Amino acid sequence: MREINVSQITDVVERLCIEANTRLPGDVKCAIEACRGREDGEIARGVLDNIIENYQIADAENVPICQDTGMACVFLEIGQDVHLVGGDLRTAVDEGVRRGYDKGYLRKSVVRDPIRRGNTGDNTPAMLYTEIVPGEQVKITVGPKGFGSENMSAIRMFKPSAGLQGIKDFILETVETAGPNPCPPMVVGVGIGGTFDKAALLAKKAIMRPLGTHHPDPFYAALEDEMLEKINALGIGPQGFGGRTTAIGLNIETLPTHIAGMPCAINISCHVTRHKTEVL
Amino acid sequence: MEKHITLPLTEELAQTLHAGDRVYLTGTIYTSRDAGHKRMCEALARGEKLPFDPKDATIYYVGPTPAKPGQVIGSAGPTTSGRMDAYAPTMMSVGARGMIGKGARLPEVVEAMKQYSGVYFGAIGGAGALLAKCIKRCELIAYEDLGAEALRKLYVEDMPLFVIIDSQGNNLYESGRAEYLRKRDELT
Repeated sequence: MREINVSQITDVVERLCIEANTRLPGDVKCAIEACRGREDGEIARGVLDNIIENYQIADAENVPICQDTGMACVFLEIGQDVHLVGGDLRTAVDEGVRRGYDKGYLRKSVVRDPIRRGNTGDNTPAMLYTEIVPGEQVKITVGPKGFGSENMSAIRMFKPSAGLQGIKDFILETVETAGPNPCPPMVVGVGIGGTFDKAALLAKKAIMRPLGTHHPDPFYAALEDEMLEKINALGIGPQGFGGRTTAIGLNIETLPTHIAGMPCAINISCHVTRHKTEVL
Repeated sequence: MEKHITLPLTEELAQTLHAGDRVYLTGTIYTSRDAGHKRMCEALARGEKLPFDPKDATIYYVGPTPAKPGQVIGSAGPTTSGRMDAYAPTMMSVGARGMIGKGARLPEVVEAMKQYSGVYFGAIGGAGALLAKCIKRCELIAYEDLGAEALRKLYVEDMPLFVIIDSQGNNLYESGRAEYLRKRDELT
């Protein structure tokens, strides 16, 4: 049994909120730069050049890459041999978000009620997921999620008879509907299986998986490549102005599901797909 | 075509701009998102004046991050314009001609643009750090309680934009994609 004080979690969450919002992950930068090399249209190349220049400015000046610094999605993988002490975990995580968004000059984009609105003023609460895993470490991931792209996400409960073709059509339909709204080039996260809620969580986890990695099952790995190619054949292009690069990555995550169903969730993210992880 | 233009966006100037033009914009613009637009349209419905003179004005759909010490403004890229579609025709009816944002607009907004010679400019979504560089002055003018969504008056220099929809209703989202697909299909 290892004791970890929740104040350590507060400190890490604070730091990760700021770092995730100012430093684009290396895999995302690589994907954008590779796509820039393949574009031949003047407008598409100009847009990608500006996108690259933008994250270089954010790096050099420690400023947010995008003004939508998102809702703070916090994923904790807590070792089952860890004893958390010193206070309540949820309060500790929210305190980390509060401090990170204050000290990092990040935008406070959370309203306290979905219908009656009203900004909470400190970007809390975090969207917190906890998972108990073997071991005595705590793995903390912060993924700030902007809503220009979140709003273009979709979920559908398919009949099993819809099969692989149903999933393929749904992915293309969702990207087509999203069009220029989610700030393309986008990252597409697909969650297939589980229950209604688990499919959505899988899709969220899929956008956080490094670009260029593949699903361990060769069937889904091939589907990832095929669907990325099909999305990029749509011609939506950077910012929707036309071009080869509509998406810089597509990741699929799967789970077993019920005999009667085939849930599929698609989480759309933008070229500022941010996440940062630290292990305590 | 690359054009350097200076505001205000008069009807004459608006009519020289075409979908697909790369524009570098200089002058005074106003910021507002959906919460601000809702208040402005409610004020107009009550017969009240707006916090700024809407004649030939350009509105930037943005909610910036807070400015760090020494900064004019924080990161300041465009938000999704579709959320302002419910209010944009009303704003154009009182003279506001330019809109800066990103993403698709409803047909009724395009119709209003044709009627009032409106122009919809696109700034690069997600390029907030880059766009902040061309904002030289920032002044809070109304609705301070809305935080990031408060109304601000900005002075911008050479703000890099694209004309997405022009005052004749031509749309870069449609023409740019069609042009790319046509060229690609010619090659294959």
